Amino acid sequence: MVGVQVIVGGLLLGAIYALFSSGLTLIWGMMNFINFAHGEFVMLGMYVALLVVTWLGGGPAVFAVAAAAALFALGVGLYSSLIRHVIRGPLLAQILSTFGLALLLRYTAFLVFSANFVSLPPTALAGTIKVAGIFLPVAQLVAGAAALILTIALHILLTRTTVGSKLLAVAEDRAAAMLMGIRPDHMQALAWGLSAGAAGIAGALMATAYPWSPSVGETFSLIAFVVVALGGFGSVLGSLYAGLIVGLIQAVSAFWLGAIYKDIVVYGLFVVLLWLRPQGLMGRT
Amino acid sequence: MRQTFGLRAIALLLAAGLLLYPVVFTDPFYRDVGVTFLLAAISASAWNIVGGYAGQVSVGHSMFFGLGAYAPLLVYNLWGWPPIAGVPFGIALAISLALVIGMPTFRLTGHYFSMATLAVAELIRIFAGTWGLVGAAIGLQGPATGRAWWDLTFRSELPYYYIFLGVLALLLATTAIIENRRFGFYLRAIKASERAARNLGVPARRIKMMALALSAAFTSVAGSLYVVKTGFIDPDSGFGILVSVQMVIVAALGGAGTLLGPLVGALILVPLQTATNTWFGGSGSGLTYILYGGIIVLIARFEPGGLSELWPRLLPRLWKRAHAA
Repeated sequence: MVGVQVIVGGLLLGAIYALFSSGLTLIWGMMNFINFAHGEFVMLGMYVALLVVTWLGGGPAVFAVAAAAALFALGVGLYSSLIRHVIRGPLLAQILSTFGLALLLRYTAFLVFSANFVSLPPTALAGTIKVAGIFLPVAQLVAGAAALILTIALHILLTRTTVGSKLLAVAEDRAAAMLMGIRPDHMQALAWGLSAGAAGIAGALMATAYPWSPSVGETFSLIAFVVVALGGFGSVLGSLYAGLIVGLIQAVSAFWLGAIYKDIVVYGLFVVLLWLRPQGLMGRT
Repeated sequence: MRQTFGLRAIALLLAAGLLLYPVVFTDPFYRDVGVTFLLAAISASAWNIVGGYAGQVSVGHSMFFGLGAYAPLLVYNLWGWPPIAGVPFGIALAISLALVIGMPTFRLTGHYFSMATLAVAELIRIFAGTWGLVGAAIGLQGPATGRAWWDLTFRSELPYYYIFLGVLALLLATTAIIENRRFGFYLRAIKASERAARNLGVPARRIKMMALALSAAFTSVAGSLYVVKTGFIDPDSGFGILVSVQMVIVAALGGAGTLLGPLVGALILVPLQTATNTWFGGSGSGLTYILYGGIIVLIARFEPGGLSELWPRLLPRLWKRAHAA
């Protein structure tokens, strides 16, 4: 029964990994760009949730939407002020722009919120329930389920709606999309908003069930790299499966090897993937 | 012709200044700042070979620095050898690791290399923190008092200063030679357009691999120098991300892919860092990294060539204004 508990816990966390990683893969698919500050977006989503709860009150639905909205705005703003300008520049500028941004956000968070671990005050989701013989914290269950639904919703948005078709058109051929009356800049700004918004809401969901500190951003960035590499760069459905797999691998290795080794195993998986299958399990080359 | 003359004059002035600095500033504090400057310049110049010249942006170079830092103290703690004897081991390990990362990622676009360097550096940092042989989270300690001169534990900063200066000179000479050889032209061709370079017959993967191996070897030496001077290493000061950040920002500020760029970057950032640490004490380091992050973003947004490209544009304008007035 302990084994089942570990597996379910890993899958629930994995669903959240899938949600924020799908934001990273969206940007890669749209413009071949890696956001090194993506984990910091997740971290910011957590603190937005904390600030909303302590200042305004309100339940998980309120602060999750607030985190998504705040990060969406940040993503759009960053695209228009920074990313738009470096995207056509040298690789050095592309990588340094978000790498520097990650440092800026991480250490500002250290300064503002201190290095201590914090957690949200108990919400309506406190307590545990017993499902099929295993005990699960309600917050974990709800956060995982919500993340799963949102990731699928993002996949549907990209593949089944007009907006999604426009986004994919810009990704496929910028000039041709422009001739069809689509404004690439608007679509890419929207993609950055969606990407950061997904990270923000994933952070808020995670905050309901797990404690955190400003340093979690780097870990989440790396986890997102692993998930995206496993699922294939540019595939939201791929990162859904890969997120669940990575969550599972982490939970199982933490259980059998010890908590310190869970990240070593996952980062090691990344290096092995680069050697064996750089296009990911479901990705195109 | 005139330009090479100007460059030579600047290089000579710089060399004379660096040689005389500890003679003029005899205060241990200023000498220590000088040693810190040299170490930053060495690390950034080593990063510059692959990150600047070849355009393959490593954000995890601390892995090579850390290997070079751990190797000397490991041979000392295991077998009682003088720490300096560990330097070749550090270099060998760094080159092997460079192969492990470069082989798969150099087939793909530059983003994969950057992501892989970040992940591997973090993997090694966490692993070093759990491995008893290398002191786990506590790290390793060197000889408290030197048994003989070959333990290289000096009271004065002066010997360290001139050892570091010698290594910097060797590294810059190597880079200068590369710049004018076929290898250097290949590197610039790959940076400008890898596809075009490949089509013209440049063995891009092999050239990138060689640049990474050379860069890793010198970065490892920088780590060894650091540890010979401080006599102590732990996972964060060896493999931590901030070690990599320091190399990237020093090189990018001065001008990535130029010979003297890292020197200029270190000349600006090391005094700046010393000042923030002195003014704000322990809390200054956090502020320093906020500042670093901001500077990196600004360089990327406005001046990806660093100061080396800003100057030639700015100077004539100032010159004109001075004459108009």
